[in-house]
Amino acid sequence: MSTAVPQLSPQGPLHTGSEELIVQIGGIPIQLKTNNPGLRRLIEERYAGFLSPAARPACHFKIQLTSGDAYRGDQDARVFRIGSAWSLERGDFRAELDMRRRVGWIRQSCNPYSLDSVLRITHSLLLAMKGGFLLHAASAVRKGRAFLFAGVSGAGKTTIVRLAPSDATVLTDEVSYVRRVGQGYEAYGTPFAGELARSGANLSAPLDTVFFLEQAPANNIQPICPRDAARALLRHILFFAEDADLGRAVFDSAVAFVSRVHTARLAFRPDARIWELVG
Amino acid sequence: MNEKYIARSEKVAWRLLDGEMIIMSALDSTLFNLNTVATVIWQAADGRTPLSEIVRGLICEEFDVDPDVAYRDAEAFVNELASHRILMMSDKPVARSGDPDKP
Repeated sequence: MSTAVPQLSPQGPLHTGSEELIVQIGGIPIQLKTNNPGLRRLIEERYAGFLSPAARPACHFKIQLTSGDAYRGDQDARVFRIGSAWSLERGDFRAELDMRRRVGWIRQSCNPYSLDSVLRITHSLLLAMKGGFLLHAASAVRKGRAFLFAGVSGAGKTTIVRLAPSDATVLTDEVSYVRRVGQGYEAYGTPFAGELARSGANLSAPLDTVFFLEQAPANNIQPICPRDAARALLRHILFFAEDADLGRAVFDSAVAFVSRVHTARLAFRPDARIWELVG
Repeated sequence: MNEKYIARSEKVAWRLLDGEMIIMSALDSTLFNLNTVATVIWQAADGRTPLSEIVRGLICEEFDVDPDVAYRDAEAFVNELASHRILMMSDKPVARSGDPDKP
């Protein structure tokens, strides 16, 4: 089933700004080039807190607009590699990225969701080579430390960040961004929003704990053994590539991660007191 | 009895985590956990050592178990892993390209 989304005309009025925008998520700048003012406006609005015009891009995409192929977020993306070129395909977009030259193209209609998906996949590929990953998790920073709350849809990711106290900063309610930094890990804010429908803050903090969410009649934190933590983490990592080497890299990253970062099960009821337990 | 030789597939990632083996098939990302005995067999699956020798020399040495029972259980285990294509089985030694043994 396709989902109707607002479509902007590919033939917008003449624009005066640059054709290139740099969207920096997780400290990794990606340049998006479009000559369509409608899409440009859309990118500027959607990634408003994440535009970084002076950054040196880690890779470059040229976006070519198509008229058809409405957003098909219900379909699975195919991501595969031939040589150094990655192909990204879903019903609503096609893209290619040459990882050696760090240049690529995207073909999609004028909607923000296809681009969101291409960016998520691209970041997941870039992070996989560096011991990091994107995780189906909400995250927030409190007292200088980041807390992640991983869970499937309906597990309470949005709820827990809505309940966050006023001194906490929400990084995302849907897709968390984790990078390895030295012997530890940092969590970064992302523009990838869930039910909250609001970009996270564009900042980062050292990662304190990853909680795996379970709804329950009472609040409590239960320890989780490294093996179960690795399994749970791997269930929630966004990884799309049909590539054995990269799959092994993500597996190794998950195992290394649970050896270094606190993990726990967080049983909770929709109640702000849960944050007294979290930190 | 025909000898059986077992070798870990090259399409897997595996790590010992707090004494427990966790394996991921790179073919479909399926995860497997192994108990202590199964971990000994997995680590010994180098394609050159016969299964009977693994059972006799490692399992029976380390665990108090009847050799026939141990061999039957080991055979069932390796058949199960082979059905998931994470372990290769042969009646001859298995030639393999490099397998980085992990701690």
